[in-house]
Amino acid sequence: MKFTLKGLVPLFIFLALSIAFGFGLTKDPRKLPSQLIDRPFPEFLLPDLMDEENTLDNSYLQGQVTLVNIFGSWCVACDQEHPMLMKLSREGDIAILGVDWRDTREDGLRWLARGGNPYGRVVFDEHSKLAIDLGVTGAPESFLVDKKGQIRYKYIGPITQSVWDETLKPLAMRLEIEP
Amino acid sequence: MKTMLKLLFISVVSILLSLQALAQTPDAEIEQRAHKIGAALRCVVCQNQSIDESNAPLAADMRLMVRDRIRAGDSNAEVIGFMRERYGDFVLLKPPLQANTILLWFLPFAGLVLLFVWYIWRAKHKRKPMANIPLSENELAELEKLKKTQVRKKQGEQS
Repeated sequence: MKFTLKGLVPLFIFLALSIAFGFGLTKDPRKLPSQLIDRPFPEFLLPDLMDEENTLDNSYLQGQVTLVNIFGSWCVACDQEHPMLMKLSREGDIAILGVDWRDTREDGLRWLARGGNPYGRVVFDEHSKLAIDLGVTGAPESFLVDKKGQIRYKYIGPITQSVWDETLKPLAMRLEIEP
Repeated sequence: MKTMLKLLFISVVSILLSLQALAQTPDAEIEQRAHKIGAALRCVVCQNQSIDESNAPLAADMRLMVRDRIRAGDSNAEVIGFMRERYGDFVLLKPPLQANTILLWFLPFAGLVLLFVWYIWRAKHKRKPMANIPLSENELAELEKLKKTQVRKKQGEQS
């Protein structure tokens, strides 16, 4: 049998495709970094979940590093994340703003009453106004906002101890030092 | 003269009326445009559905947002730009033609051209059929020998 390079062509094509698809698979288009990194937190004016009469706007984010956490009583992964947020709240390292997304006021309040309220304040985003402005696709999602009210990091999914220790905490500490 | 004035009056009135209609986009037009825009936007929580066809709650809110933007006077492109600013290129069902999508758009055509080039090349280099060379003496002798053994074998089988 004669050994020719031509016979290896299908093998080369296979290898090239494998490499291309291999790269493609590691890139999840859903996990693209938020469009809003290093941009100001979107303008919002939303009612306080605890107090219908009260509203909250961007001024809350000024002058402190804030973790903005999107949740909902309907969200299963939020249950999983909740103890971690409670722990952060007890330790008091960071201000946490809750965004109760696509919920009813009753259910949201009940959810917080059951597991405890880790949030400094909670806004009520019934019609996804803020969620769409933030490009939110699911709950939980969290944003780190610097003292000037700029979004610096987006995390999709429940915050776990290791996510906090390895990613969010170091970044939050760096933002804390910034003027 | 009178008819001229009449015509002028009618045209002025109709222009004013249409201007008014333009100023506040009628609901029917909003719906029509919202459907068109909605069909171009991906529902970000579903599998390859547009927000126009999806039942997901977030898609419903995005549809409302599209209508709000239209009412606020945005053009179709501006509404799509609004969503793209928030959700990135992922929200577009039809990938835009830009640096990172050039391969996606042109690889099929490049493949087609390559295939065509290969086809032409192959047609040009096709192997010609072998010429009709008569058998050499040695080969003839070999053939005869084979024939004989074959005949002998057959006779052996019959007897």
